[in-house]
Amino acid sequence: MGRYVIRRLLQMIPVFLGATLLIFLMVNVMGDPIAGLCGERRCDPATAAQLRKEFGLDMPVWQQYLTYMGNVFTGDFGTAFNGQQVTELMGEAFPVTIRLTLVAIVFEIVIGIVLGVVTGLRRGRPVDSGVLLLTLVVISVPTFVTGLLLQLLLGYKWDVIDPSVSTDARLDELIVPGLVLASVSLAYVTRLTRTSIAENTRADYVRTAKAKGLPRSRVIRRHLLRNSLIPVVTFIGTDIGALMGGAIVTERIFNIHGVGYQLYQGILRQNTQTVVGFVSVLVIVFLVANLLVDLLYAVLDPRIRYA
Amino acid sequence: MPEPRQNPHFDDPAHSAVAATGAGGATDLAMSEGETLERDPSVVFGGRVPDGREGTGPSAKPRSLWSDAWCDLRRNPVFIVSALVILFLILISLWPSLIASGNPHSCDLAKAQQGSQPGHPFGFNGQGCDVYTRTVYGARASVTVGVCATLGVALLGSVLGGLAGFFGGAWDAALSRLTDIFFGIPVVLGGLVLLSVITSSTVWPVVGFMVLLGWPQISRIARGSVITAKQNDYVQAARALGASSSRMLLRHIAPNAVAPVIVVATIALGTYISLEATLSFLGVGLKPPTVSWGIDISSASPYVRNAPHMLLWPAGALAITVLAFIMLGDAVRDALDPKLR
Repeated sequence: MGRYVIRRLLQMIPVFLGATLLIFLMVNVMGDPIAGLCGERRCDPATAAQLRKEFGLDMPVWQQYLTYMGNVFTGDFGTAFNGQQVTELMGEAFPVTIRLTLVAIVFEIVIGIVLGVVTGLRRGRPVDSGVLLLTLVVISVPTFVTGLLLQLLLGYKWDVIDPSVSTDARLDELIVPGLVLASVSLAYVTRLTRTSIAENTRADYVRTAKAKGLPRSRVIRRHLLRNSLIPVVTFIGTDIGALMGGAIVTERIFNIHGVGYQLYQGILRQNTQTVVGFVSVLVIVFLVANLLVDLLYAVLDPRIRYA
Repeated sequence: MPEPRQNPHFDDPAHSAVAATGAGGATDLAMSEGETLERDPSVVFGGRVPDGREGTGPSAKPRSLWSDAWCDLRRNPVFIVSALVILFLILISLWPSLIASGNPHSCDLAKAQQGSQPGHPFGFNGQGCDVYTRTVYGARASVTVGVCATLGVALLGSVLGGLAGFFGGAWDAALSRLTDIFFGIPVVLGGLVLLSVITSSTVWPVVGFMVLLGWPQISRIARGSVITAKQNDYVQAARALGASSSRMLLRHIAPNAVAPVIVVATIALGTYISLEATLSFLGVGLKPPTVSWGIDISSASPYVRNAPHMLLWPAGALAITVLAFIMLGDAVRDALDPKLR
C-alpha cells in the first residue's frame, strides 16, 4: 500500500508539471500582459520595455516558467491585476467554490444514487423508462440553459430564491446553483448506478444472499450496493475536479464570487499569474481526488489489494 | 495495478460482442453462436420485438455484428426518431432558406424584443432580428462544429491510441502520461484561456480547440480496445502466418476494435455541440457575425425577465439537437452491446 501511494505520487509530478506548462504556454500565447497593465490606452514603448524587464518578461518562455514554478514552491503565486496577492484572492475564492462543489456533490450522491438504485431494481418498468428519459433530457440541456431557466423561474417568476448570490455565499443561497452545477453529473450518476445495479442483481452472490433468507433491505445495502457502487465512486471522484473547473458557468449566471469569477477576471485582464495560479491549484485538486478514489477501491472492495 | 479509469461500459462488453460475431476471421461456429444469443425484449427501452429470423440456427445466412446491429437499429423507435431529427438538422444547416425565407442579419430596431407576430412566429430579439430565422440559421454553426470536432477527435484519438495499444512499450507509457496531462485541465477553462485571444469569427479555432482537448478521451478507449483485440487467437494466428503489423492492425484488429470508439464518438458529438454553445455563451467561442445558438442565448440572457422568448427558442433548439445526438449514440450502444440482448 505504502509503495503504491509513493509510486502514484511520483507519477503525479510529471502530470502536474505538464498541465501547468500547457496552461502557461496557452496564457503566453494569449497576449501581452503589459498591455493589460496599461488599461485601455496604448503603452508608452519605454515604459513597456521597463516593465518587461522588471517582470522578467524579456526572458525566454521556459526560463519564465522555471522562475514562476520556483516562486510557486516557496508559496509566492504572484500579484493579481489590482495589486492583491494571488494567494489572497485564492483565500477568498476557494472557500466559496468548495462550498458550491460540496453542495453539488451531496446532490449527486443523494439524488443520483437513490434514483439509480430505484430504477436499477425496477428495470423496464415505467419508473425506469421515465427516469431514463429524464436523465437524457438533463444531459442534453446545457448547464447554462438550465441555470438561466431556473433563475428565471425560481428567481423572477415565483420569487423563491434570490436571483444572485451575495458575496459571503451562504449555504442556503447555494442550493439552487449547486443543483444546476450538479445536474449533468447527477444524470450520469443515475445512469451509471442503474446499469451497475441491474448487472449485479443477477450475480451469484445476490442469489446466495437471498437463498440464505436475508431480508431484502440487507441484501440491497450490504451485498448489492457495496459491489455496485465502485464505478460510481470513480465517477464522483473524477468529477470533483471537473465540477470545480466547470463552476465558472454557474458562478457567472448566479454572480457567485468564486474561483470561476476570479479566473474570468484574470483572463479578461490578461493576468498570467492569476490564471496559472488558479489552474495549478485546480489541477492539484483533480490529481489528489483521483489518487484518493484509487485508494478508496481497496476499502470498498477487499478483493483489490495494492502491492 | 488495476486500471481504474477505463470506462466500465465499453471495454469488455463490446469486445465479447466483437469476438462472438466478428466480421474478420471468425469461424462459422462463432457466427452461429452470435445468432442464437438470447434477447430479452423487456429490457430494451421502447420494447423492441424479437425478430423472426432469430433461432433459425446455423443454416441461415450468418450475420456480422454490424448487420445484426443494423437490424436492431431499424426496429428501434428511439433510433428512427433521433435519426430523422438529425437528418432534418443537416438539411437545414445545408439549405436554411428552405424553411426560413428571411435574412438573419436584417434587423429592425423598432421591433426589438417584441413577441410573436404573424410571419414572425418566434418574435424578435434585442436587436429586432427575427428569432425564427436566426434559430434556423444557427443550426449550421452547431452542426458544423459538432461533426468536424468529432471527426477530428475520432481520427486523431483512435490513430494515436490504437498505435500505442498495439505497439506498447515506451511510446505507450509516454502517451498515457500525455493523456493524463490533458485530463487534468478542465475543458471550459482551457477553452477560455486558449480561445480568448482568437479574433477570427470562423468555426475552425473552436473545432481545433475541441480536437486538442478531446482526443485523449477517444485515445484511451481505442487503446484499451486494441489491447483486448490483439490478444485474440485470430490475431495470434495471423501473426504466426507472417502477417505484417499493418495488415494485422488494419484487417484483423481495427474492424474488431472500432465499435466502442464509434459509440463514444456519437455520444461525444452531442456534448461538443453543447460545449460550443457554452463557450459562445461565455463570449469566447464563435463571434457575432456567425449566427449561433450560444451567441443568441448569451445576448438574450440580460433581458430574460422581459422577453424570455428570445432565450427559450434558441435554447430549445439547442437542447433538441443535443438530445437527438445523445439518443442516437445511446441507440447505437444498445445495438452494439451484447449485455442487453
